[in-house]
Amino acid sequence: MSDTTTPGPQTVTRVPRETAASEEAYLEVTDLQVQFPTADGLVRAVQGLSYSVPLRRTLAIVGESGSGKSVSSMAVLGLHDRKVARISGSIKVGGREVVGMSDKDLEGYRGGDAAMIFQDPQSSLHPYFTVGDQIVESYRAHHSVSKRKAKDRAIDMLGRVGIPNPRRRVDQYPHEFSGGMRQRAMIAMALVNDPKLLIADEPTTALDVTVQAQILDLIADLQRDFGSAVVFITHDLGVVAEIADDILVMYAGTAVEHGPVNKILGEPLHPYAWGLLESIPALTGEPQPLHPIPGSPPSLLAVPSGCPFHPRCEFKDRVPGDLCTTLKPDLISRTSDHGRTSRCHLKDPDRIFEIDVLPRLP
Amino acid sequence: MLLYILKRVLSAISVVIVTLVASFALFFLAPTDPAGVICGPRCTPDRVADIENSLGLNKPALEQIGSYMKGIVVGREYSAGGTVQHCDAPCLGYSYTLGQPVTKLLAQALPVTISIVIGGAVVYLIVGVLAGTIAAQVRGSSLDKAVVGTTLFVQSIPYFVFALIVALYATFLPETRYTPFLENPLTWASGLLAAWLCIGVTNAAAYTRYSRASMIETLGQDYIRTATSKGISRRRVVYRHGLRAGLTPVVTIFGIDLAFQLTGAIFTESIFGLPGLGQLTLRAFGQYDLPVLLGGVLVGSVVLVLMNLVVDIAYTILDPRVRLG
Repeated sequence: MSDTTTPGPQTVTRVPRETAASEEAYLEVTDLQVQFPTADGLVRAVQGLSYSVPLRRTLAIVGESGSGKSVSSMAVLGLHDRKVARISGSIKVGGREVVGMSDKDLEGYRGGDAAMIFQDPQSSLHPYFTVGDQIVESYRAHHSVSKRKAKDRAIDMLGRVGIPNPRRRVDQYPHEFSGGMRQRAMIAMALVNDPKLLIADEPTTALDVTVQAQILDLIADLQRDFGSAVVFITHDLGVVAEIADDILVMYAGTAVEHGPVNKILGEPLHPYAWGLLESIPALTGEPQPLHPIPGSPPSLLAVPSGCPFHPRCEFKDRVPGDLCTTLKPDLISRTSDHGRTSRCHLKDPDRIFEIDVLPRLP
Repeated sequence: MLLYILKRVLSAISVVIVTLVASFALFFLAPTDPAGVICGPRCTPDRVADIENSLGLNKPALEQIGSYMKGIVVGREYSAGGTVQHCDAPCLGYSYTLGQPVTKLLAQALPVTISIVIGGAVVYLIVGVLAGTIAAQVRGSSLDKAVVGTTLFVQSIPYFVFALIVALYATFLPETRYTPFLENPLTWASGLLAAWLCIGVTNAAAYTRYSRASMIETLGQDYIRTATSKGISRRRVVYRHGLRAGLTPVVTIFGIDLAFQLTGAIFTESIFGLPGLGQLTLRAFGQYDLPVLLGGVLVGSVVLVLMNLVVDIAYTILDPRVRLG
């Protein structure tokens, strides 16, 4: 199925930061499945997801709501309730297997080697405890130090994430912080134990645009200092362009495209990614009507047969036969560029993109 | 904070005064004949007039309320059976059927009721909150279903039936008798054990359900997920992060419940023969002893208002977001 007959005239334009493709993966997810048995049937939230992230690299996972971005990342931190979620496959973090890890090992792993920044700092910080208390608790969960030492560390971290007057702020409650400051506190809490893996689940969605930019800069800066691997979950392609090295596009619980950020945003190979680019409003020239992807994401209770995107795909008729409705394509390299993979039956996606999609983009 | 409490206390006092005037009006201005009832069936008009005179029933209503209020502040005198009785402040009237000042009767009955209710509350709070929290953690499991089923069963039994069963069959428990706490704390506790268990078990069912519902909601909150992601133990997540927030609504219900129980432990007191507030007012009701009834209503309203105040203050301690500057 891989297309080796069309030599792509692609030249590598720019390699982001250091070449890291050969670096060893710190996080390695292989064939991850997350399912939730419910009264209405089995919800297949994540199906056969594989990706890896080395240290000092940022992977952005993008997709619509319900595409499995958050569910897969919560699985990486072992945050799913065992009684509710069925998880199979493998998640290796620094060589340790997270799937099936005992509760005791999970406690040591969560917040220590891997930490998470959540979407809405308003609801993700405990309203009844001071910000300092919450950071101290996180630190002392992994370091046996006195409360005083831990508090000094909390003050230090608050200062590092750019909170002015941390010595006073440490004793305040989350409701006394502004939205941006709250997210900074959240980041301080996540980074207090120098995690090697940081998962940021839409950390800027609940914030206004100017604060968003500050938070993105902060995460990028801290990543440089701490040298962590970062998984950045978002549905904002502008954020992706700013922060990510690689992108994983998810649809209906599976990865449909994976590769370096400039490639995926510049010339994506999957019709769903094309749809995403087309739905970005143009901010220059005459106002143009938006081109949303027709239809809506499928229910994870009944994922469409074959390629899950086929009911919404406008290029389905370019694939011979009923391949799209019967066979789920593999996530493999489809052009001469082997650094990127996509999950689509189209024979010459790069040409279709150039001829049919590119002219429509703003 | 202090200003807030002061404001609340002032408004509490005004509520009590309004309750007092309203119940005074209801009891004394209603088309009843208290003097005739006190006097009994074989009564002469002279004697009725005499009683009315001593009770002040022949005076204008406003003056009656006025002298009642004055009695609370400075005390007053009553003529009973020819002799003049002095009633010290706070004087809540004089019971002719018992021949004692109402204040003294209430002062004897109140500690009994408080002992019964507080002891019971300790039992149902501990049992209820713990069972509810455990059930919330294993929501949907057979243990959870067993807990919910048990609470339904216990709640379906009428309280007086339950209390009667305990009083009649739980003979292994120490005999129920009230001893003042200061006299002997041990006999105080053993004498009230049966009553505590009664109140405790029946109310624990309700508190299990409140805590379970509240904890299920709390454990689904984002900040609980955050706490888990820090790598602290599940126990710490549930009991430090969850219970702190999950208890807040339970505290509200508890304050109101406690106030009602303090004024209405009638079943428990009657069945176990404990001379508390409920028994006192019940007897007063049967004998048409208006001063005692009025005193009971007054104590009830004070307790209710006080408990609401305590709940509001507890809120500001529990939840930093309602702390006032």
